[in-house]
Amino acid sequence: MTTSYEYDVLVMGAGLAGMRAALAAHEAGARVAIMTKVHPVRSHSNAAQGGINAAMMDRGDDWEEHAFETVKGSDYLADQDAVEILAQEAGREILTLEHMGVIFNRNEEGRLGTRRFGGQKRARTFFVSDFTGQAMLHVLFEQLMKARVPVFEEWFVTSLVKDTDGRCAGLIGFEIRTGQFALVKAKAVIIASGGLGRVFEPSTNALICTGDGMAIAYRAGAPLMDMEMVQYHPTTLKEKGLLITEAARGESAYLLNCDGERFMKRYAPNMMELASRDVVSRAEQTEINEGRGVDGCVLLDCRHLGRRLIHERLRQISEEVHSFAGIDLTKEPIPIQPGMHYQMGGIKTDVDGRCWDVHGAWAGVPGLFAAGETACLSLHGGNRLGANSLLDTVVFGRRAGRCAADYAREVPTPHVPDSTVGMEQQAISALLSRHANRDSIAAIRQEMGVAMHSHLGVFRDQEGMMTAKGTLEALRDRYSRVSVQDKGRVFNTSLIRALELGFMLDCAETIVYSALLRRESRGAHFRTDYLHRDDVEWLKHILLYRQPDGSSRVEYLPVRLTRWEPKVRIY
Amino acid sequence: MLTTFRIRRFNPETSPSMPYFQEYQLNMDRADTVLDALMHIRDTLDESLTLRCSCRGAICGSCGMRINGHAALACKTKVQAMVSERGVVQVEPMNNMPVIKDLVTDMAGFWDKVRQVQPWLQPAGPEPEGEYLASSESMNHLTGVMGCIMCGACVSDCAALEVDERFVGPAALAKAYRFVADPRDGAGRSRLLALNEPGGMWDCTRCMECIEVCPKGVGPMDRIMSLRSRGIQANVASTCGSRHAEVFADLIYQKGRLDEPMLAARTFGLRNLSRLLSLLPMIFRAFVRGKVPKSGPLHRAIPGMEKIRRLFQRMEERL
Repeated sequence: MTTSYEYDVLVMGAGLAGMRAALAAHEAGARVAIMTKVHPVRSHSNAAQGGINAAMMDRGDDWEEHAFETVKGSDYLADQDAVEILAQEAGREILTLEHMGVIFNRNEEGRLGTRRFGGQKRARTFFVSDFTGQAMLHVLFEQLMKARVPVFEEWFVTSLVKDTDGRCAGLIGFEIRTGQFALVKAKAVIIASGGLGRVFEPSTNALICTGDGMAIAYRAGAPLMDMEMVQYHPTTLKEKGLLITEAARGESAYLLNCDGERFMKRYAPNMMELASRDVVSRAEQTEINEGRGVDGCVLLDCRHLGRRLIHERLRQISEEVHSFAGIDLTKEPIPIQPGMHYQMGGIKTDVDGRCWDVHGAWAGVPGLFAAGETACLSLHGGNRLGANSLLDTVVFGRRAGRCAADYAREVPTPHVPDSTVGMEQQAISALLSRHANRDSIAAIRQEMGVAMHSHLGVFRDQEGMMTAKGTLEALRDRYSRVSVQDKGRVFNTSLIRALELGFMLDCAETIVYSALLRRESRGAHFRTDYLHRDDVEWLKHILLYRQPDGSSRVEYLPVRLTRWEPKVRIY
Repeated sequence: MLTTFRIRRFNPETSPSMPYFQEYQLNMDRADTVLDALMHIRDTLDESLTLRCSCRGAICGSCGMRINGHAALACKTKVQAMVSERGVVQVEPMNNMPVIKDLVTDMAGFWDKVRQVQPWLQPAGPEPEGEYLASSESMNHLTGVMGCIMCGACVSDCAALEVDERFVGPAALAKAYRFVADPRDGAGRSRLLALNEPGGMWDCTRCMECIEVCPKGVGPMDRIMSLRSRGIQANVASTCGSRHAEVFADLIYQKGRLDEPMLAARTFGLRNLSRLLSLLPMIFRAFVRGKVPKSGPLHRAIPGMEKIRRLFQRMEERL
């Protein structure tokens, strides 16, 4: 027995982008619902610590400067029309959040205060201590409760459904608690299910970040863009890879090597520790590789910041470092290393979240939208600036929600045969009935993560990436035979981890495939066999379409330049 | 160190479906957390072990569970700090909520209660053009309670909820405080009136468990006490709870000591004879156990009352 629901707009994911999109669609009069595999406040947007960028014109800042720094940070791969919208709409969005109830830190005049962040000359990052993402996430959930938007809480989405015309028709998933499958029909679907961090091991990302949305869209025929662009954050805690906010450096913490030298002066003499993330991560990895590290790490020194500032502005990381590494950051420097953090690439969308191609037509699946880390506009290009991701989620979440509501008004209710759900259930039953072998989901997952980190990390080359490709092929084969030990229906996390692994393998393959194609170094994609950026050949995006046999078809898309010609990037 | 994890398991699909304890032995490092252990068990020993977990860094609030009898986040709890002399750590699902499977509890009731306090900003007037102006202190003070990640630890170990499931509970009350104390919120009085009802802020028994177990230092009980004093200041209708607090203070002011018969009489009101009579069995039990003072039930003022009154004066000046 299956149940069926029907909405105008259905959002997959309840992080910042998903909730912002749902609220915008609700305000625009659409019947909207959210499907999410975890309760909204458990979403990974929680982990954004440092803040949210906005150039507020009424306090002497300049949106063009913010836009330019974003473009420069992206190593000129960002589409400049999208970046302009981001920078122009930022201030309004900050005020909306404040009116909804976010408790931003304030200055002496009682107005919103700012701090400095990487890759930017001015202090334009608004913040809530060092748990800005959490503060925003809980407030958006408050607004969601107020608006009574229905949430399919702890529902796992297995696939996107299309009607007989190939139009987006909703999502199929099961309620984790009961194992009950359902088809949730919708005229428009917004995928806002976050990143794919767990494809890498270690990663700053939560265990739920398994690229579900990207894989589901890719399988349904939507293109994934710039998948090779994977950000390594410069300051992650040794071993477990937990994030230490860039705000620490924004508040003027230093990076030191084993000689106690502030080595960034040799790599970025002007911006020092606040150069863009790809630059700082490469500098750290170079220090470590050349023997100037400390046990595979460099040091982040907060000792001179003072107890009061740390308590007011860096409270969470001070507790985190204390409980997870036993370090008092007022007394000792913290051992840190670059760690996988963010996927700049994702489902290709236009500035209203539509999965459109360059010609202004739906690419793949009409009615499909995406927002947040899952999407790729491209805003962040080859490297995202710190505190631009929170901004991305709210500005483009809102735009996607609004546009999806408008779209839904104009299209008829899709027709989907009920047998669709049955087929999906059968696939799951087949997976559950496989015979046990010696292999395990956890083992495949771990090997994939290690291979990706070893060969697609801060430095890449042809040989390493080919090794990773081979490893993925072998893992794909093992995955087709691995069994799920827990055969039950109720809260079967063993099954969920198996399905997530399938999504992650899809994502991993597209990352390796795109990275092999891009024969240059740009932003986070740094190849030791192609050391330089090549604007003649590679000022373009790589789009991958999934073929019926599982392989990828490639398309290229020129970067949209509006006002900033590519220049040499110096920090 | 070789550690035994004694985990309470429950699977509603097996029959008969009774909870039982299962033990797993693991070699643990000094730095390992209870979550590391549980994930290791799940990855290598028993894939069916079911729990919620996500961020590994005490920010998502997924992995609330009872470790050695007290609620905690598994990701924030070091094995080394919990292991008994015999090398055992006991792990169970959270209390005061139904168990779905193994360590996973049903938090629907938890969220219903949070919803009950209307947890969204209700501004007094129209939105300003720019941001609301508010002092840095008044807002910084609120970030403490905004640190709440809704993990449910306080609710799990709440002593009042154990005997009265209508109590709205520490998490929802801390959330309510966040709005009552927000200078931008205009619904403070109606919020306090609602919290003044049975099941609201006066039902906390002040056992302090929530403060003890909160992994984020939110101090839910302290917030409940702040709500109570704000309620009294706002002159919301008196309840047994608020009268108890006021009479308590007044008795100390008059006599310098707690006059229990008087406290009961004035809290419940002399006309509420049936409620007063219902106290008799308790008074009798107290008498039998020697808890009624030898001087008899009536108290005189203690010597040096002027000092006590000066203390009151000083306190009032400070407020």
